[in-house]
Amino acid sequence: MIFKTIVKEDLKKLFNVHLKDVECVGPKQVATSNDGKAVYQFLPFESFDEINLNHEKTEYSAKTYFLPFRETLSTFNFKNGDWDQEIKYRKQQRVLVGLHPCDINALVKLDKVFAKDLFPSPYYRSRRENTFVIGIDCDKPCTDGFCASVGADVVTHGFDLFLRDIGDKYFVKVGSDRGLNVLNKISPTDISPEERKSYRKKTKEFLAGFKNTIRVENLPNTLDIEFESPVWKKWGDKCLSCGSCAMVCPTCYCYGVSEQISMDFKKSEKVKQLYSCNLLDFAMVAGAHNFRPARETRLKYRYYHQHRGFVESFGEPKCVGCNRCGRACLANINPVDVISDLQMEL
Amino acid sequence: MNAILHAYEVTKEEDMVEPLDYNRRSRMKNFDKCFKAEITNIIRLTEMEKLFQLRMINEDDKNRFTFLPGQFVMLELPGYGEVPISISCSPSIKSIIELCIRKAGKVTEALHKAKRGAVVGIRGPFGTHFPMEKMKKNNVLLIAGGLGLAPLRAPMTYVIENRADFKDVHIFYGAKDPTQLLFDYQYEQWHRIDDINLQIIVEKPDELWTGPVGLITKLLDDIAIDPDKTYAIVCGPPVMFKFVCNRLKDMGVPMQRMFVSLERRMHCGMGKCCRCNIGSTYTCLDGPVFDYWSVMNLKEAI
Repeated sequence: MIFKTIVKEDLKKLFNVHLKDVECVGPKQVATSNDGKAVYQFLPFESFDEINLNHEKTEYSAKTYFLPFRETLSTFNFKNGDWDQEIKYRKQQRVLVGLHPCDINALVKLDKVFAKDLFPSPYYRSRRENTFVIGIDCDKPCTDGFCASVGADVVTHGFDLFLRDIGDKYFVKVGSDRGLNVLNKISPTDISPEERKSYRKKTKEFLAGFKNTIRVENLPNTLDIEFESPVWKKWGDKCLSCGSCAMVCPTCYCYGVSEQISMDFKKSEKVKQLYSCNLLDFAMVAGAHNFRPARETRLKYRYYHQHRGFVESFGEPKCVGCNRCGRACLANINPVDVISDLQMEL
Repeated sequence: MNAILHAYEVTKEEDMVEPLDYNRRSRMKNFDKCFKAEITNIIRLTEMEKLFQLRMINEDDKNRFTFLPGQFVMLELPGYGEVPISISCSPSIKSIIELCIRKAGKVTEALHKAKRGAVVGIRGPFGTHFPMEKMKKNNVLLIAGGLGLAPLRAPMTYVIENRADFKDVHIFYGAKDPTQLLFDYQYEQWHRIDDINLQIIVEKPDELWTGPVGLITKLLDDIAIDPDKTYAIVCGPPVMFKFVCNRLKDMGVPMQRMFVSLERRMHCGMGKCCRCNIGSTYTCLDGPVFDYWSVMNLKEAI
């Protein structure tokens, strides 16, 4: 990996001058919460001053720029009793800035499903390859995150540039060839021994600061054995089956496909829409048989996919420990509590 | 276009990948592309089920479309939607694809109204298949309940076409009542094939029924099998294959030699949408054909 440093002011110049013709998306404050905290979302911005790279974390993840809530897969055009299929991929350039390690690790996990696994998705690949990703390390662990427990607190790849605030400068990890090209526009400097020390010191402080932890090493086995555990009923009874957790989750990718015919009957769009395994009809099949009719079976399934199924397929949990699901949950269910509960029950 | 970032064209990636076939596993271009097929014949099987015979419109597609018994396709009815349907014909006949479809939802209901000549889309084939090669030189039990005959008909026609490769062949089919029997116009033909034991049983007979009455497991009472030399394929509702497979297990057939086909409502067929997941297994990638041992180890499979 190539390491560089840049003067903080120069980052602003990069956006306001060099990238001014490209769509740029970053953490914008959109509201203030009841307890006075700033609420951030990844949104398009015109000027660098509109965003704040010191944000704790955004409420929604950056997933929406790769797996949009709704996406047209195909359009069928009808003509004289026949039809043709039209397929388009989004290929506009976009710069995404301010992604924390959880967000980037989430993209790396999505890459495994959509870009590298069997049947790579051209819809995802096109968006991913045409998005320039600039990440930034967290100064200190966020209040509720447990990314260190699931190995998502540090990033090694999946970005073009990755910053860490080391005082008056940014320490930059360059993750790609195009990353270096872009960085060269603002004359980066090679790192000095002091800067390297200061970067490592900051990183060490960050990693030492985690309070919120769970143990996940044996979780796949525990989940297998505890399939019938009363813990699922307990949390399932609280769950409202609203699907908020999956909507804000940076790695939840499941979806449904439906077709929408135009008012003039001349075309039909095949639309992919993100779904949630907590929704009632997720596992419904023909003839209205539902394989997961009870709330607890659906809540349980989500944990099984996150911490067992994904581990079986890719050797790591799907969860990145951002606790966005816990924040968004209307019933106060969060993964740390559920998993601890399951592990405690003896 | 801004000079410092360069556009990436996903469609340029694989223009010249050979050979051209329907194995989409690494072919991004075919991700959502359907191949156009024409409905050439519609055969009414019962009140609820019809057999649709399809033919690829493009001559090139016709030669390239190959599948193995047990695999399924995503059938697209533009304007209505896409549904996963198992292929119920022999893989050896290149020109025709037969799909047995029950009227069960929005898309299949519309399909039941479709006329000969209508053009539909096909993606696939997807999923695992029955290990027909492994079964050769062994006895074969082919057991279906209800609509299970639709997926079973593919390995069954394979066995019939290659009868000399197999030892004893038993075909058992059960249904609720005689009106629900599928492919009844073919029984006579199957009966006449030398050395195939075809038995059909119904739970609730009508006054014209002369065959056996009861549950499908009853047919297993009358046969003697050599469990070390027997493979079984069981298709039907979960409650049925559970009873049948447990019965076969008691008769000594190893669980890894019994194969079942699971049904889920896939939305993609390619291991993305998660709608067909059983626990953490994708029915579309690791299934729909599983051996019974794997099914026993899948949470909430049955």
